[in-house]
Amino acid sequence: MNDIGLFHFLFVSCALFFIGVYGFLTRRNLITMLMSVELILNSVNINFIAFNKFLYADKLDGLFFTIFIITIAAAEAAVAIAIIINLYRNHKTIDVEEVDAMKY
Amino acid sequence: MLSTSLIVLIPLLPVLTFVLIALVGKKYFPSFCGVLGTLSLLAAFILAATVAYDYFFVVGKVGGVYQQIIPFKMTWLQFSPNVAIDMGILLDPISVMMILIVTFVSLMVHFYSLGYMKGEDRYATYYGFLGLFTFSMLGLVLSSNIFQIYIFWELVGLSSYLLIGFYFDKPSAVAAAKKAFIVTRFADLGFLVGILILSFYAGTLDFQTLILRLTTPTDQLHNIATASFLGCSALTWGLVLVFIGGAGKSAMFPLHIWLPDAMEGPTPVSALIHAATMVVAGVFLVARLFPVYAISCPPALDVVMWVGAASSFIAAVIACTQTDIKRVLAYSTMSQIGYMMFSLGVSRYGGENGLGYMASMFHLFTHAMFKALLFLCAGAVIHYTHSNEMKDMGGLRKLMPVTHLTFLIACLAIAGIPPFAGFFSKEEILQAAFNSNKAIFGIAIITAAITAFYMFRLYFNIFWNKPYHAHTGNHDSHHGEAPGTMLIPLILLGIMSVCAGFIPFGKLVTSDGHALLTEFHPTFSIAPVLLASLGIFIAWSFYKKQSPAPRRMADGLKGLYTAAYHKFYIDEIYLFITKKVIFNLVGRPAAWFDRNIVDGFMNLLATITEKISFLIKRMQSGKVQSYAAYFFVGVIGFVLLFIYWWT
Repeated sequence: MNDIGLFHFLFVSCALFFIGVYGFLTRRNLITMLMSVELILNSVNINFIAFNKFLYADKLDGLFFTIFIITIAAAEAAVAIAIIINLYRNHKTIDVEEVDAMKY
Repeated sequence: MLSTSLIVLIPLLPVLTFVLIALVGKKYFPSFCGVLGTLSLLAAFILAATVAYDYFFVVGKVGGVYQQIIPFKMTWLQFSPNVAIDMGILLDPISVMMILIVTFVSLMVHFYSLGYMKGEDRYATYYGFLGLFTFSMLGLVLSSNIFQIYIFWELVGLSSYLLIGFYFDKPSAVAAAKKAFIVTRFADLGFLVGILILSFYAGTLDFQTLILRLTTPTDQLHNIATASFLGCSALTWGLVLVFIGGAGKSAMFPLHIWLPDAMEGPTPVSALIHAATMVVAGVFLVARLFPVYAISCPPALDVVMWVGAASSFIAAVIACTQTDIKRVLAYSTMSQIGYMMFSLGVSRYGGENGLGYMASMFHLFTHAMFKALLFLCAGAVIHYTHSNEMKDMGGLRKLMPVTHLTFLIACLAIAGIPPFAGFFSKEEILQAAFNSNKAIFGIAIITAAITAFYMFRLYFNIFWNKPYHAHTGNHDSHHGEAPGTMLIPLILLGIMSVCAGFIPFGKLVTSDGHALLTEFHPTFSIAPVLLASLGIFIAWSFYKKQSPAPRRMADGLKGLYTAAYHKFYIDEIYLFITKKVIFNLVGRPAAWFDRNIVDGFMNLLATITEKISFLIKRMQSGKVQSYAAYFFVGVIGFVLLFIYWWT
């Protein structure tokens, strides 16, 4: 039972995912929300790695995806932070509750 | 020799002028537009005269019979292999005669307008419209195809509308233009249905083929003559409906109400459109389809005859009571067109029986000349006195000698006094009527006497009666008769009114192309001439000097006089029918249906949409996290759904 199996990985990844979703939905600070998104992405990464290792050990597709996602996440962080900075310049706040001009 | 390009140029020259004036002339050389239009018409007239000479004396006659020649034809709209609308030119005696009349009268009017319309604000526009009209009219008479004639038919209606409403700042002119357009459009509906019936059964739109198929014993003729609707054959219906179209354009009773009002247009326009050319389009149309009427369906021709005779008589009676000189002329036009119509009606196809056809075309020709002349003279008088009313005139014979003389010639011509043009054509008509229908002959001869009376009533009232004195304070009574540009057309048309009767029409224009030898019966013409002279004599005794006789006469015939003065209340009847009956019975329910049912349905849709969107618009709150929550819930929902499906 001391072996770390697929289930453990999936449990961690699932926990991480829901923590991320919870953070994204409840936190008002945009930076924190960005961090939550990173958590979600990383839970996916863990999933990919775990499935790759346990199910298709002789292939590298899962790894490639992971690397790809990390790249995307980096780019996304850059864009998101740029948006946040612009938002701050315009509204003097990064609280999402305050920024609701785009509505009916 | 007939050259195709030259013939095509006859209608194209006026339309080119129209385009040129409309695009550049109006803006850059407005005062030159009149000369431009006149020159182009002069060229068109010379071409038309050449074509007419070639047709009548060089190429038209084959074996003693005038042929129909199609020098030009192109497929314009191909609907299916069998159905196509062509644009073509059909030359036969009547179309050649018509292009001659149209270009000549149009040329005279163009020339006359140089003086008459001088200084008008919309001088260039006027010449543009004249060009458009001339083009449409020439296209109409040259059409080789029944649909083509319909297109040009509407085009002349449009140009007539534009020219009646030329003084569009006058409300009466606008109303008259609308009236003319609506009444003729209403009649054209009949024409269109007639075209559809005839062409459906004949299987063609082409005149030559259509006439051939509907006059010789073919399947088509059999089908159309046996197909029955409301007790009449489809052929009768088609021809009568086509005639309704013609009656609308030619101001036949009871569709004549637009013509007197159309006199709101400039007087030269009245001369061109509402006297000499456009209003005879109906006569032309019946003449064009004449073989079908005469050979296959004489009952339809009887309708033409009675409508023509009734219009001719009614209009003559009304003309005796009107005081606006242009309206008198308008009713006289209607009366003379009635003459042409019943003359076609009493005629039959071919040989001696075709006398009425020949007489009708002859009268069309001479009438174009003297009626254009009458209108142009009236224009000169109006130009001089600045009034349309007879009571403002009188004693003008010394002041306007040329107008006086030419007007007298025209009056003698229309009254049918030998040797002026109208005498010959009217005699032929009376003879044709005498040969076939004594009742029509009776109406015709009485109408002839009334015609002489009201024309000379007009003449004596304008030129004799009381001495002329200027009525308006600012009127410069010392200005001359009229500029030369106005007098020369009068003189030319005057010469035509004297000479046109000597043209041997029977040799040129007949129903079947064969020469028709007309005999002159001096004994026959005694009665009409005497009656006409009697009419003139009565007019002379009534109106030569101011006298109480006309008043007493009017009082004696009080009921008749009042009814005729009010044009037999036909306008009022129309107004009653449209305003009281149609508006209340059809218009209002239709409006109610439109407002409540049609609009109501649309409003309902809009209201439902609005309500729903109002309900759900809260979802679009602008809060990023609620969107994320919807998205998340949605994804979960899909995941559950897919899991449910796949397991």
